[in-house]
Amino acid sequence: MGEKEKAKSTRKKKVPQWAKFFPDFIIERDSEKCINCRICVKECSYGAHIWNAKKKELSEDHTKCVGCHRCEAMCPTRAIVIRRNPSDFREHAVWTPWFIKNVYKQADQGGVLLTSTGCTIPFRSYFDHLVLDACQVTNPPIDPLREPMELRTYLGPKPDALEVEAAGEGRFRLKRPLPRQIKLEVPIMFAAMSYGAISLHVHQGLARAARDLGTLYNTGEGGLHASLYEFGGNTIVQCASGRFGLHVDYLKAGVAIEIKIGQGAKPGIGGHLPGEKVTEEISKTRMIPVGSDAISPAPHHDIYSIEDLRGLIFALKEATEYQKLVFVKIAAVHNVAAIASGIVRAGADAVVIDGLKGGTGAAPTMFRDYIGIPIELAVAAVDQRLREEGIRNWASVIASGGIRCSADVIKLIALGADAVYIGTPALIACGCTMCQHCFTGKCPWGIATNHPELIKRLPPEVAYEKIYNLVHGWAHEMKEMLGAMGLNSIESLRGNRDKLRAVGLTETEMKILGVKHAGE
Amino acid sequence: MKDISGCGLSGVIHRKGELIPGEVIIKSICCQEERGNGLGAGFAAYGIYPDLADYYALHVMADHRKALEDVEELLAHRTYMAHEEPIPTRRTPGIEDPPLFKRYFVKPKYEGETRQLCEGTEDEDDYMVSLVMEINTRIEGAYVISSGKNMGAFKGVGFPHQIAEFFRIEEYQAYIWTAHNRFPTNTPGWWGGAHPFTILDWSIVHNGEISSYGTNRRYLEMFGYHCTLLTDTEVVAYLLDLLIRRHRLPIEVACMALAPPFWQEIDRMPQEERELATAVRTVYGAAMLNGPFAILFAYNGGLVGLNDRVKLRPLVAAEKGDMVYMASEEAAIRAICPDPDRVWAPKAGEPVIVELEPGSIPNQRSYLRGPGEKTGAAVCRYPG
Repeated sequence: MGEKEKAKSTRKKKVPQWAKFFPDFIIERDSEKCINCRICVKECSYGAHIWNAKKKELSEDHTKCVGCHRCEAMCPTRAIVIRRNPSDFREHAVWTPWFIKNVYKQADQGGVLLTSTGCTIPFRSYFDHLVLDACQVTNPPIDPLREPMELRTYLGPKPDALEVEAAGEGRFRLKRPLPRQIKLEVPIMFAAMSYGAISLHVHQGLARAARDLGTLYNTGEGGLHASLYEFGGNTIVQCASGRFGLHVDYLKAGVAIEIKIGQGAKPGIGGHLPGEKVTEEISKTRMIPVGSDAISPAPHHDIYSIEDLRGLIFALKEATEYQKLVFVKIAAVHNVAAIASGIVRAGADAVVIDGLKGGTGAAPTMFRDYIGIPIELAVAAVDQRLREEGIRNWASVIASGGIRCSADVIKLIALGADAVYIGTPALIACGCTMCQHCFTGKCPWGIATNHPELIKRLPPEVAYEKIYNLVHGWAHEMKEMLGAMGLNSIESLRGNRDKLRAVGLTETEMKILGVKHAGE
Repeated sequence: MKDISGCGLSGVIHRKGELIPGEVIIKSICCQEERGNGLGAGFAAYGIYPDLADYYALHVMADHRKALEDVEELLAHRTYMAHEEPIPTRRTPGIEDPPLFKRYFVKPKYEGETRQLCEGTEDEDDYMVSLVMEINTRIEGAYVISSGKNMGAFKGVGFPHQIAEFFRIEEYQAYIWTAHNRFPTNTPGWWGGAHPFTILDWSIVHNGEISSYGTNRRYLEMFGYHCTLLTDTEVVAYLLDLLIRRHRLPIEVACMALAPPFWQEIDRMPQEERELATAVRTVYGAAMLNGPFAILFAYNGGLVGLNDRVKLRPLVAAEKGDMVYMASEEAAIRAICPDPDRVWAPKAGEPVIVELEPGSIPNQRSYLRGPGEKTGAAVCRYPG
């Protein structure tokens, strides 16, 4: 940015900025309702509301509005409405405003298009073409309010068989203990979102919610803030290519270590936390100087092959004395099944598959929208491949990327996942309006920011309560759906594709998903 | 594909291995006529081939002569055959166009690749399992309906009294009998879909619906079992074979895997028990039979009754002297044993396990409490 500013000033004045001519949103202010309280000016971190002190009036810079609706929500007299800019370009089926405006932006500034959240291209959503079964007559549906309904899930490698010995009086005991397992009371975990990408308050909320729900949250690659070590029993620490904030106490802080190879929102590239976001606290946590860019390289520079991955998995296990499980997270790409098989054979205790629709705090638009494959297909392919190789028990499969509701969770488990990660739903629970500008670090809702004033807008207790409520609700819905299917335990759904039917999918799609068409 | 059924069961065992005439089981199962609809019935009998007790008795059902010829060609290559004969049947009113039935008494013939199913050991039983899978999946129109030693299954489309008459069940005597009366609700009458389901000497009769069928089936596929008979009960036979024979779990532990306690119960158990139950649920979660069921399963040496973990299907047990009875209805027991010493309703998930006294019969198997040194998995791969 700095470089560009400089370039601009040396250039001749007034090169038009096409992108500024055509704002995405317009701010409508009802002057009859407006009382000039200027709350909107304070609330808008992008500076779209302007107070003219001389004239004592409010005006708007529509080009700065990102459509986050913060001002609209906070306006005490409901005087503001944010609308899509009704001014249209001439219709063109190929050159939609999205592509025209992207060309303008790049022509203006010559950079990479940046964005946030997950893929917005309306590729077929397989979730929306799968329906679930329910019992009628021959098998009683089960009411989870009256009967036990179990969501408990254990993550970790399982042997193919148990060894048991007699312990007298008709009792038995294990001949040797199971490999280490992680207990989840609900198979929904919180996906890696780093401190830096999101605020410390959200991290604190996630950690508390994970503890009270009996599940896990993931630190992401930004290290672990000192205040969060007490939640270690519910923490997955991440080891990504930048190795930020990574030291042995950090590795030992959680119950699992996740090696992040890739992310569904941006497969094949690393991450970038701009220096402006590296505040004092973040600098301490990430172990980098204040104000310096935190750039994670695209590959781990010690992993150029699968055997290198095995090296890192066991280096981490050695460093933590085999007390922690090691997960490996990859983006769902074309060859995901073979890669997952390699990862399991390399010794990972769980393989995390992040699909095309997985979210991010910042990614190049081209990567977010066009790279990777949908999670539904990826999970089906991975589960099937691991079964064919007889190694499905060796590691758990965790799915993420594009989950929007509890039925999506149920469908992924029926396709073969042990558990899922959710990221975006947890943030929406905290008030996110999906304006897709997390990368600016100015989140007016106090979520994807670390600006000291902005983070006050979302206290940790609020984040905790909202996230807890969301997962509590989803868990209840999952129990109801299981009960309707005549199941009283989640493991009887895992990989149970008989419980799914396709509506409107092709033969190939159904073959990959391993499901029949509705009516069959 | 699976079918859903609500059916009648009956089973009887003599603890000392004395033979029980076929009329007894016929009377008991026919007493539960209302539990079936004429679309399937069957019997399993143990101890019926004492002269060929060392041979695997393959009961083969075939849609046409060609299928039988294919089976015979395969058996000629893969087995030593001591005897073969048609299974005696008689014309029975109401039974139209039955398939062909033949039985073969065989032993494995090893040549070349013998380790088809289970790495490590050259096990005759494993050999037979893979042979049965091969016939069922590869030979069009032929199905092995039982494959154990000194036992056999007889089943088909009809009411129990018709199937009994067709297979001349009254001419057999056995130390264990099980019988089934079927009420399927969504598959056409098909002879292979009747109960019992068997693999080796395991036989299962089942009343219920296995909602976890998809999970169970895909779990079994990992271990080389392929479900071909279009009915959910088939998975139970293969699960028992996997858990008890191949993984060498004591029968009580295997039953715990099929109908495990709830976590809320496990959390209250003493440590050692809790660890075992947790491990069983963790490792064998995909073997859990979810949904309502009552099953009777038998093997050369025992009869076991088991209910689902919330007991959504009826099961009653009774004993009188050396005889133990289990059935869907108490009436079915009292029809053949009017004054039992004890009658009880087994609790949800608690198996009733009755084994013959040791040394009662040739090739006797015992899985109760699993003999100390032999307990544990035969082929146990720990990852990593």
